[in-house]
Amino acid sequence: MSETATAPTEVDEPNIDEAALAARIWITIVWNDPVNLMSYVTLVFQKLFGYSREKATKLMLQVHEQGRAVVSNGTREQMERDVARLHAAGLWATLQQD
Amino acid sequence: MVARFRSTRRGPSANLAAGEAVLLGVLLADLLTLLAGDEETDSESEQADPLEVITGMSDAHQSGVVPDDPVLARLLPDAYADDPERAAEFRRYTEDELRAAKRTAARAVLESLPAEGGKVVLDAALTDAWLGALNDLRLALGTRLEVTEDSYKELEGMDPTTRRARELNVFLWLGYLQETLVDTQF
Repeated sequence: MSETATAPTEVDEPNIDEAALAARIWITIVWNDPVNLMSYVTLVFQKLFGYSREKATKLMLQVHEQGRAVVSNGTREQMERDVARLHAAGLWATLQQD
Repeated sequence: MVARFRSTRRGPSANLAAGEAVLLGVLLADLLTLLAGDEETDSESEQADPLEVITGMSDAHQSGVVPDDPVLARLLPDAYADDPERAAEFRRYTEDELRAAKRTAARAVLESLPAEGGKVVLDAALTDAWLGALNDLRLALGTRLEVTEDSYKELEGMDPTTRRARELNVFLWLGYLQETLVDTQF
């Protein structure tokens, strides 16, 4: 990208680009809505993600009580797939960088 | 008696009254029309768009814009909350498929309905179609009625003959039917 070579300057930050590393992690969020049944949301989490009844129920309650829950994480492409599947099931889901 | 699903050896089963089957049929037909958008409403008289045949993508929803209708906006939500550009791009590539999947489920349920009422028995594929379509019907009606988590309380003391009371009752009836179907899946 850069065409001009410059002498390295001393910096205080470590050499690892933390921001670039973090940028690879995306999350899928499910938002609370007044229509979807609690039992249905639990079932969808079990079916789509293979989560146990216990884990799916915990996530559903988090959505219900806190208004949102992170239900999966991965690459942007993986999260777009998850969001598409959640939309197909009628859940209100979005993805964003963690 | 209001219909409910029960687990049977052959799959979830419900006995629908004639009125319930008719009502489901009307609601599903409305949903299919809503999800069809501008195209596909008169498919027999329309020529297929050659570009659509090749690419599998239609022009109708290529704008990537969130639908004006709040019901459609809820059925086809944005995938990115704070990034309109990415939300539009995602929509351009996925919305047609999402609409088609929802219409396929609605159509499958419609075809499984006993017209005069009676028993339905659902295999695995039909169970998924019913779960999804019942949910879409509730999302559509619930969004239009602007229901809250306490909307059932609204019915207390309400004149049951008003349009809103009748529609809220339909919404609650759909919820009961869906809840009993969900219960057979655990």
